[in-house]
Amino acid sequence: MSNISLSAIFAETAEPCLATPEMNRATIFFLIVTVVGLSCGVLAFIFGHHTIYNNTREMPWGMLISTYAFWAITSTGLCMYAAMSHVFGGTRMGMISNRMVWMSIICIMGAFATIGVEIASPHRMLLYNIISPNPLSNIWWMGTLYGLAVGCMIIEFAGIVTGLGKLALVMGVFGALAEVLANSCLGGVFATLPARPYWYGAQLPIYFLTSAFLSGAAAAVLFNYLAYRIRNEKMSTTVHLAVKSAGKAMTLVLILYSVATFWRLVSFYVGGPELGRTAADALITGPLALNFWVLEVGIGLIIPIVLIILSRLENMSMLAFAGFLILVGQFVARYDLVVAGQNVPQNLGWDNLPTHFSYVPSFFEFGVIAGSIGVVAFGFLMGERVFGKTFTQKEHH
Amino acid sequence: MNIEDLEKEKNEGIGSLPLQERREFLKMGLALTGVFLGGSILSMTSISHASNQKNADMDIPSEGQYPYPKHYGMIMRQNRCVGCELCVEACKQSNHVPNDHGAWRTAIQEKITRENSTEKREFRPVLCNQCNRPPCVRVCPTKATYKDPETGIVVMDYKKCIGCKTCMAACPYNARYFNEEKYAIDKCNFCIDTRLAEGKKETACAAACPARVRIFGDLKDKSTEIYRLLHTPDSKIWVLRPDTGALPNVFYMNA
Repeated sequence: MSNISLSAIFAETAEPCLATPEMNRATIFFLIVTVVGLSCGVLAFIFGHHTIYNNTREMPWGMLISTYAFWAITSTGLCMYAAMSHVFGGTRMGMISNRMVWMSIICIMGAFATIGVEIASPHRMLLYNIISPNPLSNIWWMGTLYGLAVGCMIIEFAGIVTGLGKLALVMGVFGALAEVLANSCLGGVFATLPARPYWYGAQLPIYFLTSAFLSGAAAAVLFNYLAYRIRNEKMSTTVHLAVKSAGKAMTLVLILYSVATFWRLVSFYVGGPELGRTAADALITGPLALNFWVLEVGIGLIIPIVLIILSRLENMSMLAFAGFLILVGQFVARYDLVVAGQNVPQNLGWDNLPTHFSYVPSFFEFGVIAGSIGVVAFGFLMGERVFGKTFTQKEHH
Repeated sequence: MNIEDLEKEKNEGIGSLPLQERREFLKMGLALTGVFLGGSILSMTSISHASNQKNADMDIPSEGQYPYPKHYGMIMRQNRCVGCELCVEACKQSNHVPNDHGAWRTAIQEKITRENSTEKREFRPVLCNQCNRPPCVRVCPTKATYKDPETGIVVMDYKKCIGCKTCMAACPYNARYFNEEKYAIDKCNFCIDTRLAEGKKETACAAACPARVRIFGDLKDKSTEIYRLLHTPDSKIWVLRPDTGALPNVFYMNA
């Protein structure tokens, strides 16, 4: 099957029922959002990153870093579930795993688009990451492993669409391993900074992995629901069961994540450095309290649990809405984590500094975030249009 | 007599034990308990003098702990600082530090406290601590920042800096800034490429200080003033944020 032409492959994988004017309009709309949004980031290279982003010396990382982490974490989750169903086979989620692989690639693209305009000199990175690597640096490993993961997943996906099942399986395993290690290093980037007690500690990498399983399951439920919604079709029984399995995983991890969040915050109030406690205060009673209580806990944890119970894992639109709210909560959770780790002055008590620095993302930062959402939405629609058949047919292996 | 033979013996019970023997057993028990209990209480007692001394010893590297041929450091005689900021100005000029976007290599922090309607002002000079275990160096993905093998000074190789700002997040001392002219992260380097390269013995900030707050020098060289100050018996010396384990080479004292 490998020697057939590209057009023949696309003829087999494409979903002609999606070639509608509405779909075209939606696809073009998200393409425009992508271009306009990411243009905000491109402006940084013209006017200076320090000029158009609201990061400061004291708070060098902002919403772009948290959004990068959000997409990267979601990508890891999707890739992990896909790999588990590919490797172990027989799981109900196998039915939707091809779509998960595609969306994992798309989510990491959203992450790369965000970090690409956040880093001041990415062109230097391309060269010196290779000729001057620092093996002790979590950032180096994270970047390298995510790069490796996306390479493996692209080959895996090519294997899926061309019917090279063995190649897809092997690359899927390598891709998932690289994704998990990259995710762990992403957690490690924050967890190994003793200067920032709110981040420092052994829990954070596991917390990031838990978030990956949560965001991944939520994204799997949401994107599969949307895939059938745009087709105006009812899910087949097997797909329904697959999404239900993802829903079960989402529920289980939602509970684990809530427990981890609870103990993570409690730990700051029983001792330890003052900087950590003051950072936690930002979420509990301080400038991030609205974000934390309303968006992270209310919309991101409690309402989804209620919706899941009400849906009994059968009502797909309710389950998908729960997945969407979880993703919103996770997006805000990453933001709060990044901001709270830096917004307490390291020299608190001197220079009449406020207890918490204020940080409001700039218009351009919001623009880049919109751009990254555009990347993922555009990628989703294009995937359904071009590879829709691959996503809905049974697995190749 | 082995244990098997002992097991065959008849149990005498405690009724036949002489009073004297019981007393001695109890005394031994009390003594043992006392030793452990006493030890525990002592270990919980705060002995401020001893702990200060201990902390000072931990903060200052002792002989044989200097990994670099010249091991530069600085000691701040904090109570002498009057906040004139001549050091800040001298640093800006010597090292071409831009004026915008929070760029500074050294700064003077100020704290005002009020006690019984009296206002007390304290000044604290800060700069890169040139740590022995620098968090910024470890996190840099491209080795754009590293310890100079000759002096132990943390320096930048600007062309390698990708601008990920992880070093800024990792620094416990807020010592790093984005240099818009170099489009890279920048920091204090004890004037290694300016004054030290010209053969001068002091950094710009130390030379400019009218109160001789900042004493710069080679920590290994017994003839230097910094060595003498660091090893003055009974002087209290501290470092900033020792909890981060960065092992800074900038020390503080009141003298």
